Amino acid sequence: MSLHTKMSVSVGGVTFPNPFIAASGTFGYGDDYEPLYPVNIWGGISCKGTTLNKRQGNLPPRIAETPSGMLNSVGLQNCGIDDFIEKLLPSLKSRANVVIANLAGEKIEDYVESAAKLDKSAVDMVELNISCPNVKQGGLSFGVSTQATAAITKAVRAATSKPLMVKLSPNVTDITEIAKAAQSEGANALSLINTLLGMRIDIKTRRPILRNNVGGLSGPAVLPVAVRMVWQVARAVDIDIVGMGGISCLNDALEFLIAGAKAVQIGTALFTDPHLPTKIPSELEQYMKENKLNSITQITGTVEPW
Amino acid sequence: MYKCKLYHVIEKKAISAGVYSFTVLCGDIAALAVPGQFVHIKVEGFTLRRPISICDIDKDEGTIRIVFEVRGCGTAKLAETRVGDSIDLLGPLGNGFELPSQTENSSLNAILIGGGMGVAPLYGMAKLHANKAVALMGFRGYDKIILADDFKQTGAQVIICTQDGSVGTKGLVTEPLNKLLESDDVGVVYACGPVPMLKAVAEICTRANVLCRVSLEERMACGVGACAGCACKSVGETGEQMVRVCKEGPVFNAREVLL
Ligand SMILES: Cc1cc2nc3c(=O)[nH]c(=O)nc-3n(C[C@H](O)[C@H](O)[C@H](O)COP(=O)(O)OP(=O)(O)OC[C@H]3O[C@@H](n4cnc5c(N)ncnc54)[C@H](O)[C@@H]3O)c2cc1C
Ligand SMILES: Cc1cc2nc3c(=O)[nH]c(=O)nc-3n(C[C@H](O)[C@H](O)[C@H](O)COP(=O)(O)O)c2cc1C
Ligand code: FES
Repeated sequence: MSLHTKMSVSVGGVTFPNPFIAASGTFGYGDDYEPLYPVNIWGGISCKGTTLNKRQGNLPPRIAETPSGMLNSVGLQNCGIDDFIEKLLPSLKSRANVVIANLAGEKIEDYVESAAKLDKSAVDMVELNISCPNVKQGGLSFGVSTQATAAITKAVRAATSKPLMVKLSPNVTDITEIAKAAQSEGANALSLINTLLGMRIDIKTRRPILRNNVGGLSGPAVLPVAVRMVWQVARAVDIDIVGMGGISCLNDALEFLIAGAKAVQIGTALFTDPHLPTKIPSELEQYMKENKLNSITQITGTVEPW
Repeated sequence: MYKCKLYHVIEKKAISAGVYSFTVLCGDIAALAVPGQFVHIKVEGFTLRRPISICDIDKDEGTIRIVFEVRGCGTAKLAETRVGDSIDLLGPLGNGFELPSQTENSSLNAILIGGGMGVAPLYGMAKLHANKAVALMGFRGYDKIILADDFKQTGAQVIICTQDGSVGTKGLVTEPLNKLLESDDVGVVYACGPVPMLKAVAEICTRANVLCRVSLEERMACGVGACAGCACKSVGETGEQMVRVCKEGPVFNAREVLL
């Protein structure tokens, strides 16, 4: 077996040549890092959250640093689903291994309309971002309620036959209940975690640093929370899991795989070290040799809890 | 095109209280760089890199110079770098200032207006325009003045303004700017510094119908256009939209951004 296939993984029926995927919102559409390496260095790329219509996003500042991490409140700035499909996808599709569309919205109808458009497109997989505020239900995110998660998964499932991965929010009491709701309505895979809600304040001006007051925490600070959630979810569902949250080296990624993930996404750590995706796959190759692994999926879910 | 690698710091100077000048040996970055671009610097122990303007480029020596002020923990850590140490630079990034050629017919090619640390990215333009430029440098007081001699050596005429009047003209850069615009036929105004200063300069230039390019700052994550973290609002033909300071900027036509 060639190493290429040794490192390959299958998630929700989609094959990735390696288990490392660029996290939504952190890698654009694959071309911004081209001066350093081509996008096909990744097993796949999850694109920026895309809504039915174009969005301007939030006013700046949108970024705040935190101990071992950062907050962002980009506010889903994106070009809208039509431009994504017509202008960005064709080129990305020709360069990337696997293209995942990250679908966002404020109303179920909008998600459904976008999903129907993606269904006819060349994307390989749809990642359903349910951390967005549910405008009709008072603005709480879809992903914090089992009913809303079930409803939106069901509706999007009906609108597309593309492999569907539901991306879970960590801002919940019991993530396994949400995971089960998504599974029962037809999700092929789950990805987790999205960012944790956070806030920072400038003590001199007494103003929050983010213009949006609050934002999503990511980076190494969230890693243990994310590993715990992947482990919990892996025990609660049968579908494939993509883990993420704070991965900045191979060992971090291995923790997620051992906890139960088949693949991982990497985001914030790229901002510190853009070369990460060129280093990690060769480190994995070395690790597999040393541990005599024929397939990286052999370690998925091998955690031995006390 | 940009690079991301470790490079050696070959010279370090404290040029005023809490302000450091580093010369970094980075032939590939120097070869690509134009004035007004920046580098995104990794600082040990921090998740986010720190964006710092390229102050000077020496393509023959293969070096760039950066000048920065200690503002918080990251720049304090960066200031601990010693000569011979390596620093991890991502750059050159962003769009720099437009280069001189188009403005050659004016009596005064360019006015360079810098407020505080904002003088740093303008130095490269001073070298290019030399004696066909005026550098208007504004500082809070005499102890905050930086790079004045460097600017003088370029051949540019240097006018220093201090808010407390301790050196040069007392007050803001706007007054000498108004005078220059009255007496000379000016090609272009480049400005970098605090937002209120940029606003005032942009307004004066609009009234005088002179092209004004401003260099903006925003908090950044990726620095290369991938995350939309560094947005600012622009006003174009197609209405308002968000642009990325790291990619479409940091230099913008002042008429096209909402300051
Ligand atoms: C394009 C560009 C060019 C710059 N050029 C220079 C220069 O030549 N010389 C110089 O002294 N400074 C320059 N700055 C400002 C410099 O980036 C900040 O002073 C520095 O990031 C502060 O980091 P800190 O850790 O000391 O402060 P902290 O306040 O501890 O930083 C916390 C976070 O906020 C960010 N941040 C804080 N202030 C700023 C700011 N003004 N702009 C952007 N991010 C900020 C930091 O990068 C960090 O992510 C430039 C900024 C930009 C965007
Ligand atoms: C700047 C930024 C923008 C993001 N945008 C999105 C997005 O549009 N859709 C989404 O599902 N997740 C988005 N995320 C969340 C990441 O995809 C990821 O779930 C999270 O950052 C945790 O991984 P990390 O710690 O490796 O970054 C964004 C994260 C960051 C830092
Ligand atoms: S900092 Fe990421 S787009 Fe500008």
